[in-house]
Amino acid sequence: MNVSRQELLIHTVAGLLLPCRSVAVGASSPIPGAGALLARDWAAREIPSRRLFLTILGSRRHNSMTSGGVELFDMAAQGRLDAFFLGGGQIDGEANINLVGAGGTYPQTAVRWPGSFGSGYLYYLVPRVILFREEHTRRVLVPKVDFISAPGPRNDGVYRPGGPIGLLTNLCWFAFDRARRRFVLETVHPGHTVEEVHDNTGFDFDGAADVPTTALPDATALAAIRGPIARQIAEAYPRFVAQVFPNAA
Amino acid sequence: MSHDWLQGSADDLAARVPDGAKIAIGVDTAGVAMETTRALIRRGARDLHLVCAPMAGLAADLLIGAGCVATLETSAITFGEYGTAHRFHDALKRGAIKLMDATCPAIYAALEAGAKDIPFIPLRGLIGSDLAAHRPDWKVIDNPFGEDDPILLLPAIRPDYALIHAPYADRNGNLFIGRRRDLVLMAQASRQGALATVEEVRDVDLFSSEETAAGTLPAIYIASTAVAVRGAWPIGLGDHYEVDEAHFRRYAELARTADGFARYLDEFVHRRRQAAE
Repeated sequence: MNVSRQELLIHTVAGLLLPCRSVAVGASSPIPGAGALLARDWAAREIPSRRLFLTILGSRRHNSMTSGGVELFDMAAQGRLDAFFLGGGQIDGEANINLVGAGGTYPQTAVRWPGSFGSGYLYYLVPRVILFREEHTRRVLVPKVDFISAPGPRNDGVYRPGGPIGLLTNLCWFAFDRARRRFVLETVHPGHTVEEVHDNTGFDFDGAADVPTTALPDATALAAIRGPIARQIAEAYPRFVAQVFPNAA
Repeated sequence: MSHDWLQGSADDLAARVPDGAKIAIGVDTAGVAMETTRALIRRGARDLHLVCAPMAGLAADLLIGAGCVATLETSAITFGEYGTAHRFHDALKRGAIKLMDATCPAIYAALEAGAKDIPFIPLRGLIGSDLAAHRPDWKVIDNPFGEDDPILLLPAIRPDYALIHAPYADRNGNLFIGRRRDLVLMAQASRQGALATVEEVRDVDLFSSEETAAGTLPAIYIASTAVAVRGAWPIGLGDHYEVDEAHFRRYAELARTADGFARYLDEFVHRRRQAAE
C-alpha cells in the first residue's frame, strides 16, 4: 500500500486530535484541516457516536461559530477550545515560534512571512497546540528564533493554561516536555531515520536512539482520506486538493 | 428609488476618505470592499493608517503598493493559497511604511474597546513575545483585582471609517451580512461608521423577520453606501461568487516588480470599466 507524505501527516494529525471535543484550524492549514475532519469522522463512528466540534477558518460549511472572528479567541479563553495548530518560519528547541521574519533587523527583516496571526494569544491559552511544519531543515528548526511571535512555555508567572504538545514535520513527531522545556523525539516517519532527524534539526532534543516508526493509516482510513475527507477540505483548500488528491472529486 | 444614504459609486465613497485617515479593512472571508479599495487608489489617497481587522490580503497589498499607506496595523498579510504579498514585502524592505505587528485577538479586542469608547482593554497572552517588545503603545500592568498576575493593556482602536462589502442593502440601508459579524465590529468601532458597497439594493425590510434581522448590520452604523456589482472581486463573496484564481495568478506575476505592479494598476484599477467585466 502506497501512502503519500500528506496522507501520513493527515492520519497522524487525526490521531493527535482524537481525544478532543473541540478543535479549530487556522489559516493556510490544509493538512491539519483534513486531519481534523478525519478525527471528527472517527468520533462520529464511535458507539455511542461522539461529536467533535470543528471550525476550519476559511470554510463556511465546517465552521461552528456565529459571532465573527473574535469568537475563536473568546472560545479559547473560555477553555472551550481543546486543540489548535500553529506553524512558523522558525521554531526553536524551547518551542518559541517565529511567524514574522528572519535575518536583517526587524521590521526590515531579510525574509518576511505573513505575520503572527493568532499565535501571540492562542499559544498561551489552548491546552493542545500542535506545532505543524512540513519542512524539516536546519533553516526552520533553529537553535534560537530571530523573532518571538509567541514564546514557548516558561516559568515567568504569566497566565498560561495552554501550550504545545509537540511538533509534527515531514520527518517525525516530537512531543514537547513542558517541565524540561525540550522536545522529545517520539516517532520517525516510515522511510526516515533518527540520524536524518538529527542531521536536519538545528536544536538539541531528547529521545532514545531507537524510536518507533510513525503508524501508517490502514486501508479504511486511507480510503476516507482519499475520498470524503479530501472532498470536504476542498471547500476551503481547492488548490491543495487539486494537487494532492486529483482523483477525489 | 432615491435615498440620501445611497451614493452613485464606490468612487463617491472613496472621496469621503481624507488623506491621513485611519481605515479598517477585513479578512477575505468577511466581505472585502475591493472596488472601494480601487477607488481609493484612483483618488490618490495618501498617508492612510490601515487597520487590518485582524489581517488582510489583496486590498492591503494594493493600497501599500500604490503608495496610499503610511502605517499598517495587522496580524498578517496573506493571500492564503493564492500567492505572496510582494508589494507589502517590498515596502517593508524599503522602510516605506510603519508597521504595527499584532496578533488577531489584540486587534479584535482593541476594536471592541473602540466600539465601547473606552481608552484601553486588557488581553491575555502576548507577554514575553517580541510582538509586545516592539509595541511601545502596549503596556503590562499587575491585575489590580488579583495577585501576581501580569496582564497586557491595549489602547482602543477607533478607525475613521471601515470599508466593507455586503450582498445587499434593504430599502432603508440596513445591510444583510449573515454571520460575518466582523463587519459589525468594524462599523461600530469606526467614528464615522462604515463605507459600504453592496451587490444590490432590495426593496425589502430586513427587520421584518427575526431570521433576517439576526444577520443584519443596522444602517445607523453606516456612513454611506453605493452599489458595486462584484464589488469584492477578485476575492469571492460568500455564497455569491468564488475567488477569481486566474486573476490572482496574474496579479502574483505582475506584482513581483514595481513596473509590473504599475501595469496592473493601469489595467485593473485605473480603467475600472474593463476590470468589472
